Amino acid sequence: MRDVFIYDHVRTPRGRGRPDGSLHEIPAIQLVTQLLEAVRDRNELDTALLDDVVIGCAQPVGEQGGVLARGAVLNAGYADTVGGQQVHRFCGSGLEAVNNVAGQVASGMAMAGIGGGVESMSRTIMGYDSGAWAADPRVALHNYYTPQGIGADLIATLEGYSRTDVDSYAAESQRRAAVAWDEGRFARSIVPVRDVMGEVILDNDEFRRPSTTVESLGALKPAFGGMAAMGFGRVVRERYPQVEEINHVHTGGNSSGIVDGSGVVLLGNAEFGKATGLKPRARMRSWASIGSEQTIMLTAPVAVAHKALKNAGMTADQIDLWELNEAFASVVLRFMGHMEIDHSKINVNGGAIAMGHPLGATGAMILGTVLDELERRDLNTAMTLLCVGNGMGTAAIIERV
Amino acid sequence: MRHIAIETGADGVAVLTLNNADESMNVVSDDWLGEMNAAIAQLRDDAAVTGVVITSGKKAFMAGADLKAMVAAYGQLTPHQAYEFSQKATAMHRALETMGKPVACAMNGLALGGGFELALACHYRVLADDPKAVVGLPEVNVGLLPGSGGTQRLARMIGVQAALDLLLTGRSLAPAEALKAKVVDEVVPASEVVAAAKAWLASGPSPMRKWDVKGYAAPEQRMMIIPEVALGFSVGVAQVADKAGYNMPAAPAILSAVFEGIQLPFDKALSVESKYFAKLLTDPIARNIIRTTFISKQAAEKGARRPAGVPKTTFTKIGVLGAGMMGAGIALVSAQAGIDVVLIDRDVATADKGKGYSEKAFGKQVAKGLMTQDKADAILARITPTDDFAQLEGCQMVIEAVFEDLGIKAETTRKAEAVIPADAIFASNTSTLPIGQLAQASARPAQFIGTHFFSPVDRMGLVEVIMGKQTAPQTLAKALDFVAQVRKTPIVVNDSRGFYTSRVFRMMIFEGVAMLEEGVAPARIENAAKSAGFPVGPLALLDEVTMELPVKILEDAAGEAGNTYTIEKGMAVLKRMIALGRGSRKAGGGFYDYPDGAAKHLWKGLVEAFPVASKQPDQSELKARLLYAQAIETARCLEEGVIETSEDGDLGAVYGWGFPAWTGGTLSFIDTVGIGPFVAESDRLAQLYGNRFAPSAWLRARADKGEGFYPAPGA
Repeated sequence: MRDVFIYDHVRTPRGRGRPDGSLHEIPAIQLVTQLLEAVRDRNELDTALLDDVVIGCAQPVGEQGGVLARGAVLNAGYADTVGGQQVHRFCGSGLEAVNNVAGQVASGMAMAGIGGGVESMSRTIMGYDSGAWAADPRVALHNYYTPQGIGADLIATLEGYSRTDVDSYAAESQRRAAVAWDEGRFARSIVPVRDVMGEVILDNDEFRRPSTTVESLGALKPAFGGMAAMGFGRVVRERYPQVEEINHVHTGGNSSGIVDGSGVVLLGNAEFGKATGLKPRARMRSWASIGSEQTIMLTAPVAVAHKALKNAGMTADQIDLWELNEAFASVVLRFMGHMEIDHSKINVNGGAIAMGHPLGATGAMILGTVLDELERRDLNTAMTLLCVGNGMGTAAIIERV
Repeated sequence: MRHIAIETGADGVAVLTLNNADESMNVVSDDWLGEMNAAIAQLRDDAAVTGVVITSGKKAFMAGADLKAMVAAYGQLTPHQAYEFSQKATAMHRALETMGKPVACAMNGLALGGGFELALACHYRVLADDPKAVVGLPEVNVGLLPGSGGTQRLARMIGVQAALDLLLTGRSLAPAEALKAKVVDEVVPASEVVAAAKAWLASGPSPMRKWDVKGYAAPEQRMMIIPEVALGFSVGVAQVADKAGYNMPAAPAILSAVFEGIQLPFDKALSVESKYFAKLLTDPIARNIIRTTFISKQAAEKGARRPAGVPKTTFTKIGVLGAGMMGAGIALVSAQAGIDVVLIDRDVATADKGKGYSEKAFGKQVAKGLMTQDKADAILARITPTDDFAQLEGCQMVIEAVFEDLGIKAETTRKAEAVIPADAIFASNTSTLPIGQLAQASARPAQFIGTHFFSPVDRMGLVEVIMGKQTAPQTLAKALDFVAQVRKTPIVVNDSRGFYTSRVFRMMIFEGVAMLEEGVAPARIENAAKSAGFPVGPLALLDEVTMELPVKILEDAAGEAGNTYTIEKGMAVLKRMIALGRGSRKAGGGFYDYPDGAAKHLWKGLVEAFPVASKQPDQSELKARLLYAQAIETARCLEEGVIETSEDGDLGAVYGWGFPAWTGGTLSFIDTVGIGPFVAESDRLAQLYGNRFAPSAWLRARADKGEGFYPAPGA
């Protein structure tokens, strides 16, 4: 296996995923196009050296469908020899796309490529890409499908997290994100998004609410009790008979935000560095995906972390920083508890609760975020991971070079 | 043709009248299908015919398939043969709607199941404006789906969501509701249905269904890429799981037939519907449900256990002793059936309170518009609350529902018998005290019988009729006539401690308590019961019946020589709970807490009182224990002659204490598992959990011969 290096990373700021969000007028392909242009321009890259651009997306339908990656390659004016590929592993899509490119390079079948993800949640409809797993009665009944917010509440129920526990985590995420923005920790990677006239339309993560407190969060209504009452509660008890009633602790304030955004990562082997004169920033130590029980849906991070560590020949104590997508507060709390990771080492600049989770884009975004932070703190290793729909998890370990 | 008559008028309209030659109701049968096919060919080829009206020569338009034939078909057909069976009927309906001439259905009365499917296959539907003329597709309630195009036509006619609502509930619609739901096109007085159908034909309508027009696409045809439709199915699946659980295949099959069918061209959709129908028809669950809840139930109500040769008694006056919850309920259903009721308690105020139960119940019905005030007044006027036994004069029957105490019951019996006519029968509503013992207080034990109603009497359909050793067959006949008159379902059992239903029901609650004693987490126990298909878990049940009640019954029984009415495990748990002051919901909380204005939840102190073991069993093991403990006790009841028929055993289980309908009842459950495998599994459970699971020599011998409790399929 050949070494795979990360040469660069950029992301868009995240816009509120609603009609009043700043990025609502920007189609997903334009977000990717602008990032591809930025990667090329700031690295003075000969795009003919790239083999493939792989873009993950959790709802690859409509304007996000049709292999958006290839459309973006051509739209950005890349060499027409560069391929494009669509990757779909729900919320793990963005990181899976990076891992896919890493796999191509590691196998020796490609020299370099770009992996990333995009999601314009304001322009698509949640559930647009529903699928048999959730909606085809012949499949969904015995897949014990439940909406993932109920899975998050189920985690809290089984682990005994109170509303205050999850709200405290959420308030801390907001605080950390505020510090990170105030200190310009994301500056190196943010590419402001421009409108049709070329004017900047968004240059910051506008979803954030820095003044959030545990008290203000406590006033929000639980979001998933209604769905449970429609019948999903019964589905849960069929799979988790130890549960009498689900403790619905998750709200819009301690769950990931609905936003628009994109992120991409430039990967290549050592020869690519020589050919372009670019200096590698980190090495992909290992990557992995895994499945787990699907009704609770969101507990795979622990298993996939162990799998990625095993693939790397490492132990958890050798990881300096952890970046686990804040899909829901309970997901991160459970991971910290089971992995015995101190809160000071994980999601140190906040996460999706504060800044939002553009489904298929997030994996590529937070991989770059933690790389920036390793450099800022002069640390060496980090693991990025996400819980994934229908009971899966995706991870990657990077190491600075 | 024997079941069909065709008459073509000068106006070119052929009136096809359904008139089954052998039965009082038009039903789907092989003969009928053949005649319909011939009729359709004739009408199609007859140039003089320009349109067709289908109506009925019976009071009702048409009912559905012959359910007895469905049960008989079980085990006789491969799934593919069942598919062809369904397709044969489907083809007739399809031939009707594609014959090139408009067909109007003139429903002069009710049209259910297959009868309504025929109507759906017509181009226009007229329904009689008569509250009895209901329409609907109730197949889901017998574990089947409408297999002659009903799922597909309804979904295309009124939309997927509206169709699923009707198909999954199986509810029938009264004419006004049917018109509003657009499942019929016109509602007119019964005498005008044919004229209205003809008027529609005279308007020159197209003989083409919308789905046969080129380019037709159902709004939901694109299914998964319409987020609202996909979400509707996600939620629909959960609702089906919540309502029917995971043991009932009919509702998921209906959901799938509509989901898959709506995406397909019509004939392909009909084929998929037939495939799902075939799977249900060849599944023992539909057989179980139909056999017990339809065939056995109707037979019991029509007097399957009534001694022959005894003239029928129509009751006009009865006495009810004890105006508590049970007595009040018995008075209510009796008065509703047109019987004058003397309702007696120790003082007039208490007796009045008993009548108040009926006043409240009918008041609610009047408020909802389900009953007129006049009718309610007339029923209430039949109930006379009093403390005067002399009023019992002329009563044809007395039902005693006083406190469960031999002494009190004996005294009431004597007081009543002093007044009532010599030929009156005396019935005790006791749920556990032996009828033979109670009859000792009677001067006429041959006229003494048990009629065990269930609570609440006005909602629970079963009556367990108990024969004492000396009870005469004439007394049984009269008691069954009474049960029929109050429109309940009887089972007939022989006298013994707990009779049949209370005796087996105790296995349900004590198995739950035994689990708690072993350290099984309480939520797991309750969830296992619900997952198996019981409406309520054993711990919640105990809170309702009170823990004192079973303790008292067992302790009373323990005082008797040769007593076998015992339990192996769990008594200590009940005594502990009672000692903790948590013996029932009435006591302020038992296994559950009952907070004001919020849902009940398991008492937090339960885990301290009964520590949860670190290793928990599989839910499948808990479910097996609950089902097997009751099934094997039922087999013992049959062995000992407490029950005499499998049908009574199953009806009692399903309607008495809510044994899951998918099993068909406790004995059907054994047959579904197979008697050999049932005995083997019982042996395993006995080894692990105790003798209550141990098969008797009698049961073992049956297993060796492969002799179940119902005739084997095809036998």
